[in-house]
Amino acid sequence: MSTAALLLIADGRFPAGGHAHSGGMEAAIRAGRVTGPATLAAFCSGRLHTAGLTAAALAAAACGGCDPCDLDEAADARTPSPALRATARRLGRQLLRAARATWPAPHLDAVAAEHPGGLHQPVVLGLAARAVGLAPRDAALAAAHEAAGGPAFAAVRLLGLDPFDATAVLARLAPDLDRVADRATAAAAAVPRHGTDALPAASAPLLDITAEAHATWPVRLFAS
Amino acid sequence: MNAPGRAGVAAHARIAAAPGGALPVLRSEAPLALRRTRAAGPWAQVAVVGAMSAPLGGDRLRLTADVAAGAALRVGSAAATLALPGRAPSEPATYDIALAVGEGGELRWLPEPVISVRGSELHTTTRVDLAAGARLVLREEQVLGRAGEEPGRLRARLTVRRDGRPLFDQQLAFGPGTPGWDGGAVLGGHRAVGQLLVVDPRLADAPAEARSLGGTAVLTPLAGPAALVTAVADDALALRRLLERGAGYLCRTR
Repeated sequence: MSTAALLLIADGRFPAGGHAHSGGMEAAIRAGRVTGPATLAAFCSGRLHTAGLTAAALAAAACGGCDPCDLDEAADARTPSPALRATARRLGRQLLRAARATWPAPHLDAVAAEHPGGLHQPVVLGLAARAVGLAPRDAALAAAHEAAGGPAFAAVRLLGLDPFDATAVLARLAPDLDRVADRATAAAAAVPRHGTDALPAASAPLLDITAEAHATWPVRLFAS
Repeated sequence: MNAPGRAGVAAHARIAAAPGGALPVLRSEAPLALRRTRAAGPWAQVAVVGAMSAPLGGDRLRLTADVAAGAALRVGSAAATLALPGRAPSEPATYDIALAVGEGGELRWLPEPVISVRGSELHTTTRVDLAAGARLVLREEQVLGRAGEEPGRLRARLTVRRDGRPLFDQQLAFGPGTPGWDGGAVLGGHRAVGQLLVVDPRLADAPAEARSLGGTAVLTPLAGPAALVTAVADDALALRRLLERGAGYLCRTR
């Protein structure tokens, strides 16, 4: 069941609300930083290796059975932007609702009861992956896929970019996705011994800087 | 400990501050020279003067500062720190800073920027352990390349724990071989990047308000009694102005 479950959970059509978020792409396009396939590739690569790596490691650690409260606290420490913390929690609640409806599991019910305010999305992704018997590396790969794919598909809508070009950008990033998933999985495996400080904290200054202003735009296509 | 050669220099400089402006420990180790400078009131003030020509590739530098309960320490540097390629360019230089502040103590850690010179590779780690009632102002600025120059490789991790729990953790990585570092998610062509972190128990009751500082900088409240100004700019001067503008809003709210 596990490969099929991974395809489902990593599919952009999985009803967890991710399609409403651009991963900072809407703000980057407005600022003129992404204008076509080359600048799209640089953006997606940068996001994958920063926020994507951090999210992938949190997901792998949650899937491996680390304490969700500790991981959520580590996620907070790695997310200086309150707009991005709110987005991560909102997406976490939506994913938990979808996962509980899709794969009923007592430990997901317990998570929902214990964290009414929601957990950061990558932590929930790891817990959902655990519920369906996926391995930590699967959870990391799903998080990495989302980190690069979300902004790429948002760029298609925002820029009217050729979908073939956007998909080609993602195809060229495939080896990077594997490397990020490997690094994230190795870091997550060190958490039981060394605590959450062992998790990567890679961050991208412009994603943090633009998120606050974007959240206050009166008219926008994406929620973040 | 100063043993130049292919393996580079290993040095560990230490500062300990006690209440009333006392400095029971002030130990330099070349190339890290520490000088006591004049300060008013309860403050002890130290300048790091010797880091200019270091770190070279292969160097392993450590700087430790302990601020006792109720003590106040301000640390600055006389000039920017230049990361240079050195004799063993295949080996990164490391610069590890460990800071601890006790109950009711205050640390202002305000060094000049690190400049990443072409061909260099520097890994810095800054680890801060704060008591629940400690205060901190910490500035970190990175300039990628001298004027018109390609940068070297720079990796900086900043981990701040308060009362034993994680408060802020961030790793930045820039320069050749770092995927996407110059793209629209990370630096977007800017060559100076920095942050100013303020931790103060009073921010628990009156948190800073998130505020955009003109397109390339932001002031944000962290998930704890702390606030961060994050900025990117074209050069060190413009970066400092943005950080100071953010700090101004923080002073007013405190």
